[in-house]
Amino acid sequence: MHPHKFALWLFIVSILMIFASMTSAFIVKQGDGSWLDYNLPSMFWFTTAVIITSSGLLQWGYFAAKQDQLKKLKILLAFTIVLGLVFLVGQWYSWVQLVSMDVFFVGNPGGSFIYVLTGLHAFHLISGILFLIIVLISALKNKVHSKNLVRIEMCATYWHFLGALWVYLLVFLVFYH
Amino acid sequence: MDQHIAETAGYHDEQWHSHGHQKESFVTKYIFSQDHKTIAKQFLITGMFWAVVGGALSSVFRLQLGYPDMSLEWLRPILGGWITETGQLDPEFYLAMITMHGTIMVFFVLTAGLSGTFSNFLIPLQIGARDMASGFLNMLSYWFFFASSVVMLISFFLETGPASGGWVIYPPLSALPQAMQGSQGGMTLWLVSMAIFIVSSLLGSINYITTIINLRTKGMTFTRLPLTIWAFFLTAVIGVLSFPVLFSAALLLIFDRSFGTSFYLSDIYIAGEALSHQGGSAILFQHLFWFLGHPEVYIVMLPGLGITSEIIATNSRKPIFGYRAMIGSLLAISVLSFIVWAHHMFVTGMNPFLGSIFMILTLIIAVPSAVKVFNYLATLWRANIRFTPGMLFSIGLVSFFISGGLTGIYLGNSAIDIQLHDTYFIVAHFHLVMGAASFFGMLAGVYHWFPKMFGRMMDAKLGYIHFWLTFVGVYLIFFPMHYIGIAGFPRRYYSWTNFDVFNSFTDLNIFVTIAAIAVMASQFIFLFNFFYSMFKGRVAPANPWKSNTLEWTTPIRPEHGNWPGTIPNVYRWPYDYSKPGAEDDFIPQNVPFSQTLESNFPHENDLIGLEKEEEGIVIDENETH
Ligand code: HEM
Ligand SMILES: [Cu+2]
Repeated sequence: MHPHKFALWLFIVSILMIFASMTSAFIVKQGDGSWLDYNLPSMFWFTTAVIITSSGLLQWGYFAAKQDQLKKLKILLAFTIVLGLVFLVGQWYSWVQLVSMDVFFVGNPGGSFIYVLTGLHAFHLISGILFLIIVLISALKNKVHSKNLVRIEMCATYWHFLGALWVYLLVFLVFYH
Repeated sequence: MDQHIAETAGYHDEQWHSHGHQKESFVTKYIFSQDHKTIAKQFLITGMFWAVVGGALSSVFRLQLGYPDMSLEWLRPILGGWITETGQLDPEFYLAMITMHGTIMVFFVLTAGLSGTFSNFLIPLQIGARDMASGFLNMLSYWFFFASSVVMLISFFLETGPASGGWVIYPPLSALPQAMQGSQGGMTLWLVSMAIFIVSSLLGSINYITTIINLRTKGMTFTRLPLTIWAFFLTAVIGVLSFPVLFSAALLLIFDRSFGTSFYLSDIYIAGEALSHQGGSAILFQHLFWFLGHPEVYIVMLPGLGITSEIIATNSRKPIFGYRAMIGSLLAISVLSFIVWAHHMFVTGMNPFLGSIFMILTLIIAVPSAVKVFNYLATLWRANIRFTPGMLFSIGLVSFFISGGLTGIYLGNSAIDIQLHDTYFIVAHFHLVMGAASFFGMLAGVYHWFPKMFGRMMDAKLGYIHFWLTFVGVYLIFFPMHYIGIAGFPRRYYSWTNFDVFNSFTDLNIFVTIAAIAVMASQFIFLFNFFYSMFKGRVAPANPWKSNTLEWTTPIRPEHGNWPGTIPNVYRWPYDYSKPGAEDDFIPQNVPFSQTLESNFPHENDLIGLEKEEEGIVIDENETH
């Protein structure tokens, strides 16, 4: 395996540990009692669909790069980025929904946790978008093609991971909120 | 298989030539260097700076403990307002000093200073690589460490002082600025500094693991790796898994402090006034902290154990006893270190049944630890020992690991721990097993690899004086603390003279203080030796300790890229010392079996054919150009 890809996987492991510790803290705290009960914002279902679609588009883009269909690649990359931004905006509106349900960041930890989990994930997603932009720029310079795939492969790995991470958080919240 | 080798070689090649041919300016060579050897020295020097700061702090608070009535007026030029009108140490500043001492020693000296120095320096040299997998990230790792150092240093100059809640920064004390002065700006800077530190540590660890897995030279299988590399590898793995958890703990604390959330806070009254925080739990912080905290003590310890394995084998002129058992015990310790954290929390009111589970898991750790000790002793047993300074410090490490580890077994029993928790017994335990032992590992490493780092030898006589003063001194400091601790003397107290029960310990405290200052003073012998030898020391031979590992096959002062020609191949494990029948009492790893027919074991003769075959597919690095 290319050493940089290997390093990326280790980076992913460390991010995973942050979320594993956060969700464990969530469970431990919940076990203590004095917990706030609330419904999840409906926006989550929309953003989940968006992020999964974006992963699909990126994978499609990767296949395009493999077959040297550079024009298709550029369009797909651009769409992935747009969907990433849509996801972020959607997450923002999920916070707005939470506030309208009287679930605040400052207050009962039950509510605070959901902001921390989504916020931390959004923060990582921004880094993913930056990575996508870097790949898009090199694609525009025609530097991403079947002989030079390492970068887009790494980017796809990271982006799929961020999507999967969101799905994990969603499932977690559905069961434990 | 062939293809794979070609790929790695190609990778080496591309990476190496991309910076090998550039002319290096002063800045790229010494400051923003991407050479792992230079980065290692940067970590070492920064770590030494912090060790002096941390040591100086401890001398001052030992004065307070040994001589509570002494006038510290002479420290006013440095400490200014922290000396009260009557010439005493300010009680809050006492707490700030112990907090900073702990933080500095654990994170800046024994994590960054130790792993940063030796993982960086030895990994590429001992596995046969040109450099780290990413020189750039490696450089970033140092500069993040530097930035976090600067932030921590700045916190000393705040009017309200640096963080003061102990190195474990338990909330609510650390979460509420109104609780104490140190929980104001100082605590904020502590958290910022540690967040940057975590980034630095992760960048470093990811690089170490990637390098070890991907860039080993041909023939360097996992069972031919020197134990140093195994130790650095597992240290890095523990780091990648545990530091993110500290990040989570710190992040939630930041939210509590600066944004008004209540993750760790509930039902708190300060000065008769109820705070609005509801629903949080301070114990939650302890869980998160110690999930990092206990693995962290092994992050501090494992590199020292690896260094010791290497130095003891070399200077005993014997193969390390139980090579595979050493690897196995390192693995066992690493795994177990993640499931014992609650032994720091026996008094938090945890369910006694849960307490028993953590007690059993904790006691199991004693088994792999004992395996290591046994193997060190068996290696030393009837060996032809050469007492170099590095060797003395390694033996010292084993001694501290035993005496400190034994008290760990007491503490692991929850019934005893409830009595001993937060007394000087704990201080004695972890200073011996973690503080002194890892420090000795670091010093041993410096004495042993100084010739490779600077091309000169350190003075051995000064090394002996340094060793004996430090070794005896450390026991004089920490042994008496066990007795004070059993008597119930609490740690982190500014003054105990108001308690009649403890007055009988005045003499013992004076004794400890004198020993502590003597040990601190003898470190200047080392500092002198270090800097003097760097410029004026005897020029080192290529392989001063007649050692088997690859770093000694490089030129005396290796350039960036380490080996001027091709990287040597590896044919054997690193511990062929005093092999029966062999001409010399050591056979370096790059000597093929076909050249040592007189000393080969039967199964090694079988390998000769394989060696020949492999030679055919060696890819010369420069060929691809
Ligand atoms: C035989 C193996 C060991 C056992 C069974 C053991 C057990 C314990 C226990 C139960 C405590 C908690 C005491 C308390 O706070 O009440 C403790 C504290 C501590 N141990 Fe160990 N230990 C062992 C080895 C080590 C090693 C190898 C290190 C470091 C390299 C270490 C470093 C520490 C530190 C730093 C603390 C105190 C942390 C603090 O409260 O500030 N221990 N040990
Ligand atoms: Cu522990």
